Amino acid sequence: MRKGLSPFNIVSLVMGFSFLYLPILLLVLFSFNESKLVTVWGGFSTKWYGEMIRNEGLMDAAWMTLKIAVVSSTFATILGTIAGLVMVRFGSFRGRLLFSGMIYAPLVMPEVITGLSLLLMFVAISLDRGFLTITIAHITFSMCYVAVVVQSRMVTFDQSIEEAALDLGCPPMRTFFTVTLPIIMPAVVSGWLLSFTLSLDDLVIASFTSGPGSTTLPMKIYSSVRLGVTPEINAISTILVGLVTVGVLVASYVSRRQTLIRQRDERLAAAEAT
Amino acid sequence: MMTAIPSGNNRQTTVEAWKDPSQEPYIRLENVTKKFGDFTAVDNISLDIFKSEFFSLLGPSGCGKTTLLRMLAGFEQPTSGRILLDGEDMSKVPPYLRPVNMMFQSYALFPHMNVEKNIAFGLKQDGVPSPEIKTRVDEVISMVQLEQFAKRKPHQLSGGQRQRVALARSLVKKPKMLLLDEPLGALDKKLRTRTQFELMNIQEETGITFVIVTHDQEEAMTVSSRIAVMDHGRIIQTATPTEIYEVPNSRYVANFLGEVNIFEGRVAENARDHVLIQSQEAGCTIRADHGIDAADGATVWVAVRPEKMYINLEAPDDPNTNCMTGQVWDIGYLGNLSIYHIKLDSGTMVTMARTNKERVVERKITWDDRVYVTWAPDAGVVLLS
Repeated sequence: MRKGLSPFNIVSLVMGFSFLYLPILLLVLFSFNESKLVTVWGGFSTKWYGEMIRNEGLMDAAWMTLKIAVVSSTFATILGTIAGLVMVRFGSFRGRLLFSGMIYAPLVMPEVITGLSLLLMFVAISLDRGFLTITIAHITFSMCYVAVVVQSRMVTFDQSIEEAALDLGCPPMRTFFTVTLPIIMPAVVSGWLLSFTLSLDDLVIASFTSGPGSTTLPMKIYSSVRLGVTPEINAISTILVGLVTVGVLVASYVSRRQTLIRQRDERLAAAEAT
Repeated sequence: MMTAIPSGNNRQTTVEAWKDPSQEPYIRLENVTKKFGDFTAVDNISLDIFKSEFFSLLGPSGCGKTTLLRMLAGFEQPTSGRILLDGEDMSKVPPYLRPVNMMFQSYALFPHMNVEKNIAFGLKQDGVPSPEIKTRVDEVISMVQLEQFAKRKPHQLSGGQRQRVALARSLVKKPKMLLLDEPLGALDKKLRTRTQFELMNIQEETGITFVIVTHDQEEAMTVSSRIAVMDHGRIIQTATPTEIYEVPNSRYVANFLGEVNIFEGRVAENARDHVLIQSQEAGCTIRADHGIDAADGATVWVAVRPEKMYINLEAPDDPNTNCMTGQVWDIGYLGNLSIYHIKLDSGTMVTMARTNKERVVERKITWDDRVYVTWAPDAGVVLLS
């Protein structure tokens, strides 16, 4: 069945992947550059990683970003999960389409507009811009991603499992925490990871809603690049790329392993039965 | 479905509570109606179920039987009417406070818990002390023979084993009533038959009142003490399996359970102990040995089961009563039975069944033979609707 690799296939593969990864590869490569000039190779060195750690501004921004990402993705996950559940559970009611549309709308809304409208609101209620406003803004836009992920999981959820719990004497609230939540946990976790990543690399909305003393890493990187790219930026970017890569690899490995184990178990059970 | 033989029911030995007027019903439905928008799923049903019965709700899909079961479990509220369990009105009681457990069609096992934890779940909710949970869980696990599988998770079990876990989980709380929603629907035929008998044994052992929903008439006949045949949200007939099969009250019930030949006719003579019916379809006078509540000339239907008919090459003594003439159209050989399709002179097709008591080497009656089809006056049932 397996077709040999034709020259056409090889060329397409190489071109596709270089298109995707060449820029990132260059960035990683130059983060180990001895020279201060970004485009001239001056030999291998890890000094920029040290410089990066000593750069307080950069480290503060990284810390701030991390805090915002953790807090906002946690809240977004809670709210998004509730929204996702409700959308599936309420069945049909007048205006359902409008409601579901309104949950999805922020997915396609231009970020500039989301950012601007949030800024206007914060000004209107005279909320001091800083950590709090960025976090609120991030919750707002990442919540709908969680809702979508959870909702798609809930569609295939066998509701009689919850009914079974009720039937066995478990009140609704406890049923949610002991039965529903553990079962949909993978969706909730991937929703959390998704909103964490979204918050981590958001530049536009953060720029609108940040105030003095609350600069996030993407903002910091963007502003330093305007003064010229330094190898330090390459270094921190490389670390970000590394983190994301490791995260994705681990996640796919774990889920792949789970599927394989599950399939094996099911085969065994079926074989035993006969 | 010729194998639907009326079961000489195993529970006939116990007292037939529904025939004893001094018996209080254990579960009582009073004029229960359930509407979903404009659609009436359950239409004004009143029903009494007695303690330790194995009661079946039988009907085609969409007849409201599952809705009725879900109202007993508390997942649906009746639009009007009351449900009483052991004298208590259940209307306002949420499912998690009802002394009723349900076995779901999909089994609804908790995928993140192993067999033991699944079964222990209900007891934990009631705050039963853990040593007692342990003994009671072990008890039901051995009752359904799952000892080796106690630590497995649902996806590590076969369909039949999952079914047992679901049963054990719903039994462990010793509910006043156990509801079973198509409990054997997902099993293959052989396993299903075996499980039917196991279910009956467990029911007898525990004495719990079972209410089962099924669309499989054979299953209902095998396991039940009584059957309620449903159609379009109404109960058409409630009776023992034998009565349902032998004395159906309508064409619908007669047709739903097993194979039947139905002949339309007009009442010619109606006496206390017999009735004579003129039937064009049968092409003869039909005599039935029971009186009916109909005027002379009224249109009625006579139902005769295929296995209660005889087939002969020679004319009987009285060729005008309960005797039809026709031609053998088709023969189906099923091993234990032979099914004859006979085209009557009136054009009606009749199905009759013959047990192959001798080994069939050469058929005495074969294709295209002119035959006489007869039946005893007490074999047919006259139906008014």
